[in-house]
Amino acid sequence: MEVARYWRANRQRYQLVGEVCPNCQGKIFPPRDVCPVCEKEAKTPFTFSGHGEVYSYSTVYQAADGYEQATPYTVAMIRLAEGPLISAQLTDVDESDVKIGMPVEMVTRALREDGERGMIVYGYKFRPVMAVA
Amino acid sequence: MMKSSRPVGIVGYGAYVPRYRLPAQEVSDLWTDGNAGLPVREKSVNGLDEDVATMSIEAARNALRRAAVSPEQLGAVWVGSESHPYAVKPTSTIVAEAIGATPYTQAADWQFACKAGTEAFQAAIGFVAGGMAQYAMAIGMDAAQGRPGDALEYTAGAGGAAYILGPAEDAIAEVEGSLSYVTDTPDFWRRQYEKFPEHAGRFTGEPAYFNHVISAARQLMDEMAVSAKDFNHFVCHQPNAKFPLKAGADLGFNPQQMKTGLLVNEIGNTYAGSCMIGLTAILDVAQPGERILVTSFGSGAGSDAFAIRMLRKSETPGVTSTQGYIQRRKVIDYAMYSRLKGHYKLN
Repeated sequence: MEVARYWRANRQRYQLVGEVCPNCQGKIFPPRDVCPVCEKEAKTPFTFSGHGEVYSYSTVYQAADGYEQATPYTVAMIRLAEGPLISAQLTDVDESDVKIGMPVEMVTRALREDGERGMIVYGYKFRPVMAVA
Repeated sequence: MMKSSRPVGIVGYGAYVPRYRLPAQEVSDLWTDGNAGLPVREKSVNGLDEDVATMSIEAARNALRRAAVSPEQLGAVWVGSESHPYAVKPTSTIVAEAIGATPYTQAADWQFACKAGTEAFQAAIGFVAGGMAQYAMAIGMDAAQGRPGDALEYTAGAGGAAYILGPAEDAIAEVEGSLSYVTDTPDFWRRQYEKFPEHAGRFTGEPAYFNHVISAARQLMDEMAVSAKDFNHFVCHQPNAKFPLKAGADLGFNPQQMKTGLLVNEIGNTYAGSCMIGLTAILDVAQPGERILVTSFGSGAGSDAFAIRMLRKSETPGVTSTQGYIQRRKVIDYAMYSRLKGHYKLN
């Protein structure tokens, strides 16, 4: 496992830190230093609220290496409240309860581990918005 | 008794309980044909993607929202647990990074069986009182392990709480005084490289749990010249439903004083999180002026006791309450439980 590659992305994976374009104010995730809309330089960090809704989703039964323990699990395209569309796993929800347009919120969870001796990779997933009561 | 020269209090707090619940009856049915007595009704179980780091992160975020303190203001992020995800590699740096407290902060993992969290809480009082930090975060969190078929499997739960300690003038509740009581009592342990803990059976009762909980709480009350009737709430470590009620009764507390913080029947024994999440349930509803006595217990053994007085009601919109987490529940059977605990080897 590439420790350095994961370590470099700690802030974006743990906290959903992307960028904001100083020219058109567009919010960018994942960070790429160039605004995909106006193509100007955009390096200003921006922490997303973590709120969004399910744009589309699918259930995975044949998992990639490292994800076998979690099958079946649901992956979704999430439209973040600030605009970007990202892909992520859903968690704390039964597949039958997932709906397009369902409000979700970001949580930081363990994504995978590199065997029993390797590092644990943490990052964002999304779950249905918790009741506040 | 320990009494800080600078008044210190709880500025913010946050609970976390995972979604899954295993009824104790499931364990009894599998291992005893349903003949075993049930020490709790059900216990909380962490999901496959949850561990002490992720649960601490959510509790810490809840505490920050309630405190209205920015993460850069935290002079310490301390995590007490007996189930840290790594044997060597701090949980606290993962939590500190995820909540935005890095890099200028003190981070450390604490270990003392089920009182690792209150140990961090005790130290955080001193850290703030001494002026080393304006705010310090102390977390007690566990994803507890129980050997299949063992008595602990009925109760070993998951969850806990995070606290931000700070100057009393910013606080919702002030720490009036505290005390620690420890002896070398080997009632429960886990040797290095072992997956499940061992315990000394009935020895875990009188010489361990009851001696430490009762001695710490009684000594603190004696030195403060107060008694059980001066407190509105009492919460202590909850390894099962019987022990805390018996300890409380011996100290003079009635069941009504223990009701709000007694969560073990709903979430099991959350180890380092146990009395700390009991306290968050109390803080959710306590009124200004109410007094709370908190007493932890950690095997090995020791207890930390805290006398706390509510200064103002905690009202923060948008933060899930302790009962909100408890009521979010999905009941699972023993097969799913085994999967979530990693009992099945796929490769």
